[in-house]
Amino acid sequence: MSQIEMQGVEFSYRAQQDKALAGIDLKVEKGEFIAVIGANGSGKSTLAKMMNVLLVPDKGSVTINGLTTSDPDNIWQIRQQVGMVFQNPDNQLVATLVEDDVAFGPENLALPTEVIRQRVDQALKTVGMDGYQSHPPHKLSGGQKQRVAIAGILAMLPDCIVLDEPTAMLDPMGRKEVLETISRLNREENITVVLITHFMEEAGLADRVVIMQEGRIRKTGSPREIFRDTGLIAEAGLDVPEVVALANQLRQQGLSLPEVMTADELVDSLC
Amino acid sequence: MLIELKDIRHIYQLDDPVVALDGVNLEIERGEFLGLIGHTGSGKSTLVQLLNGLLKPSEGQVFFEGRDINSQEVELKEIRRRVGLVFQYPEHQLFEETVARDIAFGPKNAGLSEEEIENRVREALELVGLDYESFKDRSPFNLSGGQQRRIAIAGVLALKPEVLILDEPMAGLDPAGRRKLLELLIHLHRELEITVILISHRMEEIARLADRVLVMDRGKIVLQGRPAEVFTERERLKEIDLDLPVVTDILKKLEEKGLKVRTDIFALEEARDEILSALEKQSQFRESRPC
Repeated sequence: MSQIEMQGVEFSYRAQQDKALAGIDLKVEKGEFIAVIGANGSGKSTLAKMMNVLLVPDKGSVTINGLTTSDPDNIWQIRQQVGMVFQNPDNQLVATLVEDDVAFGPENLALPTEVIRQRVDQALKTVGMDGYQSHPPHKLSGGQKQRVAIAGILAMLPDCIVLDEPTAMLDPMGRKEVLETISRLNREENITVVLITHFMEEAGLADRVVIMQEGRIRKTGSPREIFRDTGLIAEAGLDVPEVVALANQLRQQGLSLPEVMTADELVDSLC
Repeated sequence: MLIELKDIRHIYQLDDPVVALDGVNLEIERGEFLGLIGHTGSGKSTLVQLLNGLLKPSEGQVFFEGRDINSQEVELKEIRRRVGLVFQYPEHQLFEETVARDIAFGPKNAGLSEEEIENRVREALELVGLDYESFKDRSPFNLSGGQQRRIAIAGVLALKPEVLILDEPMAGLDPAGRRKLLELLIHLHRELEITVILISHRMEEIARLADRVLVMDRGKIVLQGRPAEVFTERERLKEIDLDLPVVTDILKKLEEKGLKVRTDIFALEEARDEILSALEKQSQFRESRPC
């Protein structure tokens, strides 16, 4: 059993409208890091919302650790297992202190105070925000706010985090902080990551990339496989990362180069 | 000189005051394409809001064509018509029932005739690449994010500004939407000779588009010059945690490994040619791969 299983998933926001999802089959294994890319309106966010029951399919099925999202009795259990982070950090933090915000989820589980305390501190430590317990969230930078939002999910001890363009509103430093946090959670805590992004370089960090187009999955594969297919990338309204674009240009001029994803890999293969 | 900032300090008077700008002097020429980079909180957004009088500096003066825009004799309405400002996520400010009425809001307030307003709306929509007839009567709220963004920008363009300031206009757009917007900016600058001031976190965009780059850190302009000058200051940029454009980073690393390449190049094709010719030169001296 895969952690997330989608079978023939279809969904429309309103009857008679184009389908936002038009038949999705996707399996995500425990501990995988998946990036989802695609043009605006291709169905990425709808796909993400299927993963923690913010939406349920019109047709087909979504199961999380074997629990179907279509059964209302499963909602709370699934939402503990799959947490979600959105684009705008300001819309996600609700409390006046960082620690209260992170404690919001576990408090709703009616856990004992000392367990909550321990989970909050541990979660903040994991995202590198230890020491900010009694800071007001509105005084934090964008990257710090997103990390607090991630800590709020970690305090629920989830199996999986789904992030919908978490770095779109951040500056370069904030982006780096959030991406490092996500990668570390995946690597060290074995948390499954589903990252939706318009930054092609971010997709390069994933184990597997999913390209969406018009409500369907066009292709899945390793970043190297995906970005090799420049025709498909252009068709889907996407780009290849700059490093890959430069490597492709050099190859077209007859240089033989291996597949590269990072600046260092390109430099090492050139000299 | 089109715009001049003189000895600017700006302090936000909150419970504990924040110094947003601290000793800024800046001259902007007509027709320039200026790129503004720096982290959140470095003062970029405050700086651009001074340029059309949305904010009045705590200290110092802002001149437009030699006139102090915050003095009695200058009408801020005129300045705001001539200096257009596109905020971050400008589509959040769409509010009218139809696309045409939303874009007409500025020209209407400027007191233009019905006929002129319609012309302006048509022109502005076409500039941003949307067909007038098919979009004018639609609700802006039923459009895609990228289309909404372009309509918000059209609303500013309908005032025919001489200076266009954009604060992170590409944020959240998909690659195709970003490319379209970049092409629009190039067109506005080259063909319509609009002075453009662009705030962006993407160093590649700034390096390829701007004539001059300003780097801000903690309320000050800490570096400025042509992209080739600014982005060769790798150590200085590192100190304030800013990245190099990807292509520059690659060329720098090749240079460090002993390949003789120029590092002041930002376009992919140029970088490709530079690398190929450097490799060729080296291989004339040695048999295999050089470094």
